[in-house]
Formats: sequence, C-alpha cells, structure tokens
Amino acid sequence: MTVLERLARLAVWTIGLAVCVYLMVPLFVTVAVSFSASPVFDLPPPSWSLRWYEALGSKRGFLPSLSLSVQIALISTGISLVLGTLTAIAVVKGRFPGRTAISTFVVSPLMMPGLVIGIALLQFLREIGYRDAYTGLILGHVIVTLPFIMRTVQASLSLFDFTLIDAARTLGLSYPKAVVKVLVPVLSPAYLSSGLFAFLASMDNYPISIFLTDARNKTLPIQVLEYLEVRPDPTIAAISSLLILLTIIVLVISDRLVGLRRMTDF
Amino acid sequence: MKTPGEQKDRTWILAAPGVGYLTVLYALPLGLLLLASFRLPEAFSISAYVDFFGDPFNWYIIWNTLRSALLTTAFCLLIGYPAAFALAWSKGWLQALFLVSLILPLSVGIVVKAFAWTIVLRSDGVLNQALMALGFTDEPVRLIFTETGLIFGAVNVFVPFMIMPVYSVIRLLDPRLAEAARTLGAGPLYVFWKIILPLTVPGIIAGIAFVFSLALAMYVIPTLLVGERFMTLSQQIARSYLYLRNETLGSTVAVVLLVFSLIVIVASQWLAGKVRANT
Repeated sequence: MTVLERLARLAVWTIGLAVCVYLMVPLFVTVAVSFSASPVFDLPPPSWSLRWYEALGSKRGFLPSLSLSVQIALISTGISLVLGTLTAIAVVKGRFPGRTAISTFVVSPLMMPGLVIGIALLQFLREIGYRDAYTGLILGHVIVTLPFIMRTVQASLSLFDFTLIDAARTLGLSYPKAVVKVLVPVLSPAYLSSGLFAFLASMDNYPISIFLTDARNKTLPIQVLEYLEVRPDPTIAAISSLLILLTIIVLVISDRLVGLRRMTDF
Repeated sequence: MKTPGEQKDRTWILAAPGVGYLTVLYALPLGLLLLASFRLPEAFSISAYVDFFGDPFNWYIIWNTLRSALLTTAFCLLIGYPAAFALAWSKGWLQALFLVSLILPLSVGIVVKAFAWTIVLRSDGVLNQALMALGFTDEPVRLIFTETGLIFGAVNVFVPFMIMPVYSVIRLLDPRLAEAARTLGAGPLYVFWKIILPLTVPGIIAGIAFVFSLALAMYVIPTLLVGERFMTLSQQIARSYLYLRNETLGSTVAVVLLVFSLIVIVASQWLAGKVRANT
C-alpha cells in the first residue's frame, strides 16, 4: 500500500466513526436528559432521577397520542404492504408500457414536500365533504409509507424467479396459494426492513399530519412539538427514550430473523 | 405487439389499486391545488404569482431555502460518501455499530432530534463547553438560531439518506476491478478517479436527489433551530395556512415549492438514465 492509500483509508475510517458518533448524539442527549433530576435540560445532569418516567402516565395527552400514532402507523403500513406488493409485482413481472413511470410515481411522495401533500389532501377531503380526522390521517400516511415498501419490495422481486410460482402450480397449488407459499417467504426480509422504515416514517410524520389532525386526534410528533413550544420539560425525553428502547428490541429481533445487514436494502 | 400464442399481459391490473389510490389521494389533490393557485376553474389569474414574485421578501425566502438545502446536501455528500465506504468495508461488530447508528436514530422523531440539538448547540451547551475547555474559543460561539446550527441539525437528520444509496452501489462494486487496474500499473488516485468514482455515480445522484429534496421541504428543523427569523418556503406555507389563514398566499408558495421538488425528481431521473446509457 502506498502512503496515499493509507491516508485515504485512515480518512475513510475516521470520517465513518465520526459520523457514527454524530448520528448518535441526539440519542445520547435524549436518554441523558430523560434521567435528569433537573427540569431545564442541563447537560450533564446535576443529579439523576426517574421523575420524568413517573410523570409520563399523569401527563395528559401523551399516552393517547402515542397510541394514536402507533395505530395510524400500523394500519397505514399494513395497507401499504398490500398495495406496494401488488404494484411491485406488476412493475417487475409485467411487460406493459409505462412501468418505469409507475415505479417513479409510487416512490415520488418520498421526495415531495410533506406540507404540500398535506394541504392538498386536506383541501381535497374538505371539498368532497370528508371530515373524519382518524381515517384522514390513515389516508395521508399511506401516501408516505407506500414508497418505502415499493422501493424495497421491487428491488427484492427483481431478483425473484417467477417460474417458481408456475412450478408450484404444476405441483397442484392454486394460484393464490402458490403466491402465499412461494412468494411471501422470499419477500419476508424485504417486508421486515421496509415495514420498519415505513412504520418509523409514519410515527415521525409531522408535515402531513399537522393539516389532518383535530383536537381529539393528535399524533405524537404534533403533541410533542406543541408541548415543547408551550413549556418544555424532560417528559418528552422520557417518552422518546422508551421509543428508542422499543426500536432496539425490534432491531435485535430483526437481526436474529434476517440479519441487520439486509435491513439496509433501502 | 402481440404475437399469436403469446398470452395477453394482464399484470397491469395488479398495479391498479396502488396507482389508483395515489392518483385519487395524491396526484389529483396536488393538481387541484395547482388549479386553485390560478383561481381556476372560475377564472384564470396569475395575479397571486405576480404578487408573490414582485415582493423582494419572497425572493429572500426562496434564496434561504435553496442555500440551506444546497449547503445541507454538500455537507451530507462530503461526510456521507466516505462513511458509506467505511460501512461497506467494515465487518462484524464494527459493521453492526455502523448499521445501528444509521437505523436507531430514526426511532427518535425529527421533533425530538431537533430539540436535542438545541440543547447541544445553545451557548451554555455541551458543544460550547467542549470548545472552551479545549481552548478553541474564550467565549461561547453563537450556534443556535443561526444558519450554522440549522445545517448542523439538518445534516444530522439527512445524512443517512446519502449513505444508504451510495452504500448500495459500493456493495455491488467488483473489488477485482480496482485490483486489475493496480496490477496494470494504475496509481490509487487514477483508480479512484477513473473506476470507483464513475461506478458510484448512480448512488451519488440518488443520494443528492434524496437529501436535496428533503432539505428543500424541511419544516420542523428550521422551526426549532432557527425560528421565525430565518424564513423558508415550508415555514411560509405553514405560516400562511396555520396562522395567517391566507390560503391564496399558502397555495402559491406551496406550488413554488412543489415545482422545485418536481425539478429535482425529473432532473435526477434524467441524469440517472443518462448514466445508465453511458455504462
């Protein structure tokens, strides 16, 4: 190895590790603040306590918001899994014109301004006289979650040999049964990683939700920002730390099931 | 072009539910928003745009939006490109560390992340304490409520969207290519410039398009890290709808931002197609 190569490798490793630390900073801050006894976000905390975790249950609005966000994220991810798989099969297997256009179209909400999608959807729903905030949120969140599923499932399907389904049918399975028995197991890693990304994207969505919520249906990010603007205290850090813990559990399970490395087939 | 005996292709039916859904609840509403900004269908008027572009303040907002998005994208590329190589070269627990630090921060929402950065960046915050302890500065550097603070937070949130696409093309690189070039006497710079860089261009294009379009539209990060003093198109949209209740202004700004995003999508698709055609 020449000196130049050594230097380049050193630079790559240094930047890589620095990026890791940089990415983890907000998490460390959040967890540290959540165990702080001080209400004013002093870092490092003057002393430690569990008071913000104890406060979680008594703070009105947080648990309902968390539960609403989880429901919306689960339902919209579920709908997107179905719609995304069907569209991905059509795009990968079909031989009709415009397949690239369909794929670009379905993935495009990922790159579109969320606020604009939110306003457009709100005005459309108002125009047709639809007023239910809960289903409105689901309708909006399917738009955000679908691109994640579509991208990953399409990439995964492009490596799939569709003649396997014909083989299963020759062996006596009906078409739907053949799809379930052959295709779904092949797609499960893609489902796991894209489902996780879609779920987290929905949980975190602010720009679309802000236009679709009402007083009784506030998703977690909206509740949190409102709370931060009025009187911030580390209760938010406590609820976020619980979400970090939950994600760690999901990641450990995913690692056992399919391996972390496949999670990045993004 | 159907040849006799070939089955009629009916697979497009499978795409109908997904495409239909997005057409009705995404494309159609955006189209209606566009029409409304021209006051269609009752009349046709571009007065909202004349007013918008006639106001120098709005040019300042557009410039703010584009500049912060460009800076964010540039820094994401600068640190994300090497980081993608580190991720690709790493093995075992080191790779697990890289992957976890990419995925786990997604569990903390943008709102909380931006707020955590305000704690780090404020004048008595950890970063300033560290800078002063290390002797870089005698008095606190003003970071929060500045564009520097904004870029710091935005790059933090968006850099995974640069690393992932670049990493996915690095993984497909055949290491024998670089080896072969080295055996034939090419220097490391030449190998990088003529082999590795061109082969990773599709990932770079995807990453830039991703980060740039996300940074153009970011709303929560500037709201928390800079506030009202640094207006961007997204903040102006939210302000006109949620506080000013001025829907004409809101829909005009929304269409301007929409056009920027569409340009990014179309340009990146076109560039990606061009790169594919050349290789």
